[in-house]
Formats: sequence, structure tokens, C-alpha cells
Amino acid sequence: MKIAVCIKRVADMGARFQIGADGTSVSETGIKYDISDFDEWAVEAALQLNEKHGGGEVTIISLGPDAAQETIRKALAMGADKGVHLKADKIPFDGFAIAEALAAELKSGAYDLIFFGRIAVDSAAGVTGAMVAELLGLPCVTAVSKLDVNGANGTAERQVEGGVETLSFPLPALCTIDQGLVVQARYPSLKGIMAAKKKPLESKPAQLGAISVTVRKMELPPERSAGRIVGEGAAAVPELIRLLQTEAKVL
Amino acid sequence: MANNILVVAETRGGDVRKVALEVVTAARALADGLGGEVHAIVFGASGIGSVAPKLGAAGADAVLVVEHEGLATYNAESVAATVAAQITSGGYRAALFGASALGQDLAPRIGAKLRVGVAADVVAVSADGGEIVVRHPMNTNKIIATLVLAATPALVSVRPGAVSVGSVAKAGAVRSVSPAMDPAAGRVKVTGVSMGGGAKLDLAEAPVIVSGGRGLKAAENFSLVEALAAAFGNAAVGATRAVTDDGWRPHSDQIGQTGRQVSPDLYVAVGISGAIQHIAGMRNSKTIVAINKDKDAPIFKVADYGIVGDAFEIVPVLTAAVKAARAQQ
Repeated sequence: MKIAVCIKRVADMGARFQIGADGTSVSETGIKYDISDFDEWAVEAALQLNEKHGGGEVTIISLGPDAAQETIRKALAMGADKGVHLKADKIPFDGFAIAEALAAELKSGAYDLIFFGRIAVDSAAGVTGAMVAELLGLPCVTAVSKLDVNGANGTAERQVEGGVETLSFPLPALCTIDQGLVVQARYPSLKGIMAAKKKPLESKPAQLGAISVTVRKMELPPERSAGRIVGEGAAAVPELIRLLQTEAKVL
Repeated sequence: MANNILVVAETRGGDVRKVALEVVTAARALADGLGGEVHAIVFGASGIGSVAPKLGAAGADAVLVVEHEGLATYNAESVAATVAAQITSGGYRAALFGASALGQDLAPRIGAKLRVGVAADVVAVSADGGEIVVRHPMNTNKIIATLVLAATPALVSVRPGAVSVGSVAKAGAVRSVSPAMDPAAGRVKVTGVSMGGGAKLDLAEAPVIVSGGRGLKAAENFSLVEALAAAFGNAAVGATRAVTDDGWRPHSDQIGQTGRQVSPDLYVAVGISGAIQHIAGMRNSKTIVAINKDKDAPIFKVADYGIVGDAFEIVPVLTAAVKAARAQQ
């Protein structure tokens, strides 16, 4: 199968973030970047599908600054076949502007499947995938945690609050990948890393769509006030109950 | 009319979900700020219009009812087409969704149809001099972004639990609407829905969450956590990624960076060390209690109240004490 996976280069979420000097961005000072977790699972899912069905091709697409090429190379080192970098020095916050650029690239690719991660762990919006599906007129299943493809048809499961939906759909289609679909993404092997350097990676300007959602301000949330150790062992339970009733008023 | 707000009110099993009432409440405040009305739209099989009084009680002036046998389960394509058509024909200033599995699936489809962005998973929405402004936690809740939506319609999904259901009652006058697309023409079909455990509270809606981590040592020991949750009477059970990766609990129970992000009134962490990825999913809880045998565990840095010690000894005592406290009320 011909599968495209759209990935995003994001900050390592373990970092202690600071707000940039403009007040509307996250400072990049001292921050490490990597592929967004859900996107990494989407790459793994695409590789596994083609390993299972034999043959096929996995294309990685990423919109962002030049450094996004490193993220694409990582996916190529995992085993994807080629990459497309849609160059945008700053990634807009508006998912629709991004979706337009991705749809413009994807529309002529004749892909059987297009994968996105369910959300990017940084902007945490999760809107771009379904928007691209709509722009391309493709069937779309979001938050897929189980997927089977049989010829021109797919079946998927998605988590809903308190349960699971099972869906069927025709290919070509677009899926956003939730956790649970793959156990863990593979680490690039040394051989894979060497091979990735020779794989095709095309870079071209992103044709961003109109922007209607903009950032006015970014701020750090208030620190949680320091808590306290109520006590040790079961003997501390009565005091905890008292605090929950009289101070926190949650019991 | 130009300042009216449309709410997509989520239903399940013939009743409105709590998140739908929360979103109507958020829309009520927004509409009052803009000088408009709140209209809620519900989708379902025949009879779904019976939820209208509940939506009215939460602040909906009108309830648009789309009844169709093909809408008994979520039909994304038909619902998206119908909502988009209503937004356009009704000239709505904004449309609000719950940032639930359904709302997160639906809102971007409508955004693309109407060629506007979506502010997803917001914790506050307000009118600021005619502009619609929202607050959106990002970077695993470590940053709060204030976003401005310049276009009409403004599409916004509101995080479950972020707004308390209000009681500004309005008429909730029912109006019947036909689907803009035959549900049978949808390419993606929901072939089954299995709800785990029937009446079990969902993590997004539970006022109390009791979560377990590796400190519980084995899957069967989650019975301790379940018993404590049952003692609270209004609690859901969560887990860390280590636990769901090991298959002790389903992935849907995972709280953290790559799982659910929750903000209950009370979060009880049992045998959870407090990895940064877990804290990302629960640090917005109003009150946090941690029980862990390691007094230096990072979970105690975010906990309001901590007990150091063996969960196997402490949790049964706590369960009995919670039961006793509730029995006295």
C-alpha cells in the first residue's frame, strides 16, 4: 500500500518551558526536539501494515522549519521510504492553515492511506488530520486504536468515553492514530540511520491556508502551592479524611 | 441573530451527556456577552427531542432536533454536513462543541467545510469587545495559550469538566431539522459500540479519580483502587502508562501526556511515583492526594496531601474511612 504519514517536530515535553520574548511563543532556548509521540506511532503503524501486506511505500510529510528535516530523517531511519518537507519558518497555530498546505501536497499522491497522530503533543489541538480528510474528500476515522485493512476496505476501533466504537470504511481513507494501535515504535537501527541519509527528501515551500486562529498570549500556569505530607502509614488516614472534609471540601 | 451561538449537544443512549450541558452553560455566558441566543442541536433516533427540557434548563433558548434512525449512533459525515449547513443558514457567530471523542472528531470536519480554524480543547471562552477569546492548555498543560478567533463562525471545543453546569433556564423551544445528508450515504459506518461496565463513570466526567501505578505490583491488586473508587461513590479509575503498557488496565484508562488529561475535584494517586508524563495529565486536578512508600517520590511535589507508606496497608483503611464519612452525610 501507498501510505503517507504526516508528522510534526515538537519540543521534548519533559522540558521546563519558558515563554519567548514576544509573549506569544514558547522559548526554544535549551529545548530538545523530536517527533510527536502519536506521530511516531503512526509511522510505526504504517511500517507494520506494509510489512504485513508486503511491498508498498511509506512517505513522510512534515511542515515546519528546516530542522523538521531531522525529524523526517528519523522516520526514514525507522524504515519509511521517502520524505517531503513543507518549509514554513514558523508553524502557525491555526490547524486549518496547516491542513490546506498538507492537502495541497497529498492530493496528487494517490495514497491508499494517510496517517496522522491523534494530536501533536505541543499544540494539543488534534484538528489537522480530520481537516485534511475533509479537504481531500476522504473517509476519515479519528483516534484509531485498532486497524485492519482487507483489500479496499478497512475496519477500525476508536476509544470513546467509557467504551469502544467499531467502524468500517472504504480506502483510500485518512486515519488519526491513537495510542494502543502499536505497542512501541521501533528504534532506528544504525543501518537504518545510514540508509536514511540516502533516501529522497524533497523540500518545498508550504502553501499555508488562511489563518483565523491566532495566539494573543502564552503564559505559564500558576504553580501548585506546595503540599504537605499528612503522615506515615494508615495512622495518617483520619487526619487526611479531616483535611478532605474541612479544608479541601471534597468529601 | 448574528450573535447567536450554536451548541452541538452530545447524547448517548437517548440522554444528553454532562459535557453537553457544560457546553450549553459556556455558550450561555458567551451569548449573554455578545447579546445573542443559544441554540443547541441534538442528533439521534426517534424520540431524542425529549432531551430538550434539560438543554433549556442549562440555558438553551432553542433546541434543534435532528431525528433519524440512521443517527442512533454517531454518523460523522451526516452530522458534520448538517451542522455546517445550520451554521451557514442560521448565520451563527460561533459553534461550540465538547472536546470529547465525538466533538474532537466533528469540529475539525466542520472547520474545513467552512474554511475556518478550530480552537480545540479550551478551558474558557469569552467575548472580548466582539472578539471571541479562549484559553487553551498546551505543551501537556505546562503552558496556557490565549487564542483569538477572528473568523465567523468561531469554532470552539470545550474541555469536559472545565465549566460547571449552570442553571440559567431558558425556553428550550423545540424545532425539528432534517439531516443535510442522508446518514445511509456516509462512507464510514459505525458497526458496533461496546460500553465497558455500563454505568461506570468516565474519567472526563467523574468528580473523583482514583489512579494506580506500578506500586500496586500486579494487575489483580487494582481491586484495592476499585474498592476505594467505589467507596467515594462518584469516582472513576485511572492508571499510569506503565500500568496500561503492561496490560494491567486498558489504554483508555491511561492518564498522562499521551493519555487522558483530567481535572477532577479530587485525584487520589496510589502507588504512583509521579513521572513527568503522568503529572502532565493530572496536575490541573483541584485537590491531589498521593499515597506512596517513597517519601522522595515526585508525586508528593504536586500533591496537596501525601501519606508516606505501604499502599496495601493504607488504602483499605482509607476505603473504610471514606465509606464511614459518606455514611454520616
